[in-house]
Amino acid sequence: MSLWEYANPVKFLRLSERVLPWLWGLSAVCLVVGLVWGFFFTPDDFRQGSTVKIIYLHVPSALMAINAWFMMLVASLIWIVRRHHVSALAARAAAPVGVVMTLIALFTGAIWGQPMWGTWWAWDPRLTSFLILFLFYLGYIALWEAIEDPDTAADLTSILCLVGTVFAVLSRYAVNFWNQGLHQGASLSLDKEENVADVFYQPLLLCIAGFVLLFFALVLYRTGTEIRVRRTRALIAREGKLA
Amino acid sequence: MRALLLRDLRLALRAGGGFGLGLAFFLIVIVLVPFSVGPAAELLGRIAPGVLWLGALLACLLSLDRLLAVDWEDGALDLLATSPLPLEGVLAIKAVAHWITTGLPLVVAAPVFGVLLNLASPGYGVLVLSLLLGTPALSMIGAFGAALTVGIKRGGLLLSLLVLPLYVPILIFGAEAARRGAEGLDPTTPLLMLAGITGVVLALMPFAAGAVLRVNLR
Repeated sequence: MSLWEYANPVKFLRLSERVLPWLWGLSAVCLVVGLVWGFFFTPDDFRQGSTVKIIYLHVPSALMAINAWFMMLVASLIWIVRRHHVSALAARAAAPVGVVMTLIALFTGAIWGQPMWGTWWAWDPRLTSFLILFLFYLGYIALWEAIEDPDTAADLTSILCLVGTVFAVLSRYAVNFWNQGLHQGASLSLDKEENVADVFYQPLLLCIAGFVLLFFALVLYRTGTEIRVRRTRALIAREGKLA
Repeated sequence: MRALLLRDLRLALRAGGGFGLGLAFFLIVIVLVPFSVGPAAELLGRIAPGVLWLGALLACLLSLDRLLAVDWEDGALDLLATSPLPLEGVLAIKAVAHWITTGLPLVVAAPVFGVLLNLASPGYGVLVLSLLLGTPALSMIGAFGAALTVGIKRGGLLLSLLVLPLYVPILIFGAEAARRGAEGLDPTTPLLMLAGITGVVLALMPFAAGAVLRVNLR
């Protein structure tokens, strides 16, 4: 029993059908509990007031925006090396989810930045690199849409994903050089002593867990849809044009 | 390889608009800037390094969709792919030809256009140097983009969507070097970064472009 067994679409679908209800349910529970807890049962920050609560949407979505690209990178590598179709389809399925996460992070950031920084948008390194990440997502999706042959599209987008990753990381550090930051540093990390206070930290962790589970559920669901779409196409091709 | 380079250069020259078109586009962008932001000399001088870099970048982008498309349509690309020359080499040569016909004229003409934008006098040398270091990478990344989109009808718009984000680091360091030069600051750091990026791009990008083109020729 190895992970590679699920490169078989039938086994993948069977597994995902078994896992999906749990993923949906768990992510819903985490998100509802985390958000309600965060929004209504945590104190206001003494300087930021209630605006601090946007952290429960902003941080998890920003985290998943980056991790979604990372997942696409891994899936692309698996496709290039082992040529499992499910992997290519998973990368394709993750991209729109990643775009939405990026947009949520950008918009919640803008909504928070307006009262706090006095501006909706600043050309700050973190904000700018997120905008660039958004552009990379757009290009990746556009390339998938533009090419008809699925294998060619998978190959080309995988290589674009690899090249894009290098340049996205490069841009991330280049913009640091280009402008000084307004955005605060990391408020959560595993190796640092100072994190946000525990009252905010616990519901935040729950929200992050909810977003992670939601991301996996969406990707599994969308991958399943892609597999079925491709099956339908194969059937139509085999039976001849349907009337 | 030299034969291919000469062939590409000759084609670009004789087809008309090889050297001229990119340059004319660059000039038009530069002329439009004062119309859009006003003719105040002080403001123009301040934004000149960035505008010149942006103009050069767009002019480079303009001719990219023809970089491989012509050879793709008449089948010359298939012939090149079956030739003993590795596909990576073919693409590198194509990028060099593109740079000679587009990038090099821009580098030469940039100081003249700098005068139009009231660029500060210490900035000219650094501007030329930064463009000289940066534009080869623009052409090479462009060759990668052209190889990605060569099979797609009307891939020009998609090409710019794919290629422009990849240009970001080069634009940042190039324009920063030109700005520092114009303000009389030391431009060494951004120039070194720019040279480093260009070196890596020239060394590795042909392989990515070759892999992509091989998929498209399959």
